[in-house]
Amino acid sequence: MIWKILLFVLMVWVIVAAFIFPAPQQVIGEASRIFYFHIPQAWVAVVAYIVSMVASIRYLKSGAMVNDDRARVAAALGLMFSILAMITGSIFAKVTWHSFWNWDPRETSILILLLIYGAYFALRTAVIGDERRARLAAVYAVFAFLTVPFLLFVVPRVLPSLHPSDSIVDASGRFTMSWQTAAVFFPSLIAFTGLFAWIYTIRLRLCTAERLRNEEMEA
Amino acid sequence: MPKNGTGLTGKSFAVLRKDLLCEFRTRYAVNAIVLFGITTLTVVSFSVGQQSLAPEVYSAIFWIIIFFSAMSGLAHVFIREEETKTAMVLRLTADPTPVYLGKLGYNVLLLALLEAIIAPLFFILTDARLESPALFIVVLILGMIGLAGATTLIAAIISKAGVKGALFAVLSFPILLPLLIGLINATSKAFATGEVYFSAASSELQLLVSYGVIMITASLLLFEYVWEG
Repeated sequence: MIWKILLFVLMVWVIVAAFIFPAPQQVIGEASRIFYFHIPQAWVAVVAYIVSMVASIRYLKSGAMVNDDRARVAAALGLMFSILAMITGSIFAKVTWHSFWNWDPRETSILILLLIYGAYFALRTAVIGDERRARLAAVYAVFAFLTVPFLLFVVPRVLPSLHPSDSIVDASGRFTMSWQTAAVFFPSLIAFTGLFAWIYTIRLRLCTAERLRNEEMEA
Repeated sequence: MPKNGTGLTGKSFAVLRKDLLCEFRTRYAVNAIVLFGITTLTVVSFSVGQQSLAPEVYSAIFWIIIFFSAMSGLAHVFIREEETKTAMVLRLTADPTPVYLGKLGYNVLLLALLEAIIAPLFFILTDARLESPALFIVVLILGMIGLAGATTLIAAIISKAGVKGALFAVLSFPILLPLLIGLINATSKAFATGEVYFSAASSELQLLVSYGVIMITASLLLFEYVWEG
């Protein structure tokens, strides 16, 4: 219970401070405030995929259905957060680059992440039989994860980027965030991750309860 | 299976020979994939007409044709086993690894045939100019291996699913996108005038080689989970 209250305080702090503190990026100005919400959302979208992939590997190793529940719940949340990250990113792109979509490497990466989540659920709906669905979905989640290194390290080198890359570290790798920005950004990162963990535990309990009820009715 | 070989290579070739024989009798996948490619190429050639486009555009068009043609036929190698109910017999007579390698070899050959037909026609029907044939052939071979390596496991997955139609392209596209970006960039280097083709495309070639190796290795590890159920 105590960490839920802490999460509430943290979230309130992030929402208030994001609007009253100086804007994080002087060149872009007020529009750069979206940074406090956009980056944590993109971060959670990736974390959710890693949780889903790890649960998938554990399912393939153990065959315990609870791991399939974990993979599915994490993927559903990842889908939601990647849509949010995409929308906030598009709004920012429209304001600063005058176009909602530019095929920037990071936009390409989040789009592929979204497509993988979409394909994952398309596959789940197309397979009949719980075990077989769980196994095929787990194989796909692990296989699709292999594109991540290509997206993170290879594609940005091949395509030019418009993303403001100096907002956290500059070209020489030095930390450039002002203390006000850091005082909002890192709590925001923690708050969004905590929010993900909270929704994840609720959804997981619900999913497991539903599955157990169905198994009981079949038995 | 006639003259069932021993060892991994022998067994893989036995599966490959079986699939080639089945294909030779029905010619379903070859017809689908090659005719789809030729149809798309004709549409492109018709709509582009006599205009001459930038090398980047030609290489993008070329790989779009290959990608969608591949999507129309590569899944057949596993779907056939499920439709004719022979998957169970194959599971009893062979281990997962030779089955995967045989099917992979079959898809590589199918793509080689597709590329061997589409690539010459592409230069006849459009104004694209091939400046570096050596680089182009290397990219074609790497593309063939990458495409087959990534899609053979997906084909095995969707052969177990109830609805097969559009699922193959939906599941394959996000995984193939890094490969397609590399292929299109490398091919545009072979189409554009330059002096040092291979060093200009070196980072793309590294991407293509590592992609093929990673996807085939991962498929070998994951295939048994798909095949055994």
